[in-house]
Amino acid sequence: MMETINIILDGLPTLLKGMGLTIEITVISLILAMFIGLILGVFSITKSKILRIISTAFVDIIRGTPLLVQILFIYFGLPSVIDISLTAFSAGVIAITVNAAAYLVEIFRAGINSIDKGQMEAGRTIGFSYGQTMRLIILPQAIRRMIPAFVNQFIVSIKDTSLLSAIGLAELTLSGQSIYAANFRAFEILFAVGVLYFIIIYSLSLFSRWLERRLDVA
Amino acid sequence: MKMIEVNNLKKSFGKLEVLKDINMDVNSQEVVCVIGPSGSGKSTLLRCINLLEEPTGGEIFIEGDNLTAPNTNINELRQKLGMVFQQFNLFPHKTVMENITMGPKRLKGKSQSEVKELGTQLLDKVGLADKADVYPDKLSGGQKQRVAMARALAMEPHIMLFDEPTSALDPEMVGEVLQVMKDLAEEGMTMTIVTHEMGFAKEVADRVIFMDEGFIVEQGTPDELFNNPQNERTKAFLSKVL
Repeated sequence: MMETINIILDGLPTLLKGMGLTIEITVISLILAMFIGLILGVFSITKSKILRIISTAFVDIIRGTPLLVQILFIYFGLPSVIDISLTAFSAGVIAITVNAAAYLVEIFRAGINSIDKGQMEAGRTIGFSYGQTMRLIILPQAIRRMIPAFVNQFIVSIKDTSLLSAIGLAELTLSGQSIYAANFRAFEILFAVGVLYFIIIYSLSLFSRWLERRLDVA
Repeated sequence: MKMIEVNNLKKSFGKLEVLKDINMDVNSQEVVCVIGPSGSGKSTLLRCINLLEEPTGGEIFIEGDNLTAPNTNINELRQKLGMVFQQFNLFPHKTVMENITMGPKRLKGKSQSEVKELGTQLLDKVGLADKADVYPDKLSGGQKQRVAMARALAMEPHIMLFDEPTSALDPEMVGEVLQVMKDLAEEGMTMTIVTHEMGFAKEVADRVIFMDEGFIVEQGTPDELFNNPQNERTKAFLSKVL
């Protein structure tokens, strides 16, 4: 028992560093993904056919391919044909952002569509523009309803960052791998890795429950 | 001056032609009630007048401004047209006061104290002065509709449009809503009302328009239309509803 604890304690500084990187990538990616998701989500419900096609094509392509392939494509594939060099960190952020955005587009679209169309009509007849009505009337109501779906996607994205170990990014999973590659104590280390993921995700779940209660999601 | 002028208005949804060559106008301070069977196009006509529905053909003028011209600033023009919906469409995430004041505050650049005063006045007028800080879901249907009227009036419109304002209400709440509309009519507001309340139309309207199958079949004073209808379809409709 003492031995197990010592092994985990020895690995902990490395694991916590990895956990920090996991959180950093997730936070940056999800903030960017929320913007892209919102914009493309609004695209998907506009009258403009071109904007709708852009949105649908993006969602279909990203959802239709595995995340691991996307990660490898961005990190190894793209630099071999166009003249860019991406660090594993930026490639990871791009991959997680783009992937989460595709799912968030659908959440935004469904959330906005769930608001009665009379709300848009009421806003417009007062004299608000489409954009003002969206910002002041539709989105504040829609976003409350979207919170559970957002949290779900955030949790998926946190776990997805473990795939970035494939391009050598020392996030939580790869940090663990590097430890047990040296000490061969896979059980203890992977157990600790799992616990650390659980702590991140469970904290997020608690926060979202608190937020839902505060906003009194109808 | 004509407040509303509709010329050769047509509206189709796909292959379904809902409005077929509508011509009408509404004069200043006139109260016009539009009646007719379900599916006759009366709500669609009203919704075309503030461009909630895009006309398929024809022209609409609001105080002489061409609503259907491509360079018209529709957001500005809509401020002259207050609209009251069957389903109230209050903003559920805003208090009653905020529902009323957000338009004048954001669109007319009025200060918080100005809009608060305006909101209080309007709530007083519709008899809901004590409800300023509650959310719409705490109100009865009749109260919601009165707030919706106050919200529309807050933009100081020149014309008020009502789309079956009492159709979603329990019978005992119809009276309170009609009373506010009657007060408005007496103050000289120009009003166009799509309604099934024949008693109200008789009492308050200056002119009643009967629509059927996308046409204006007949129009006249309430006395002419209700007591001496000329057209067979008008007679048939009135015999069912009166």
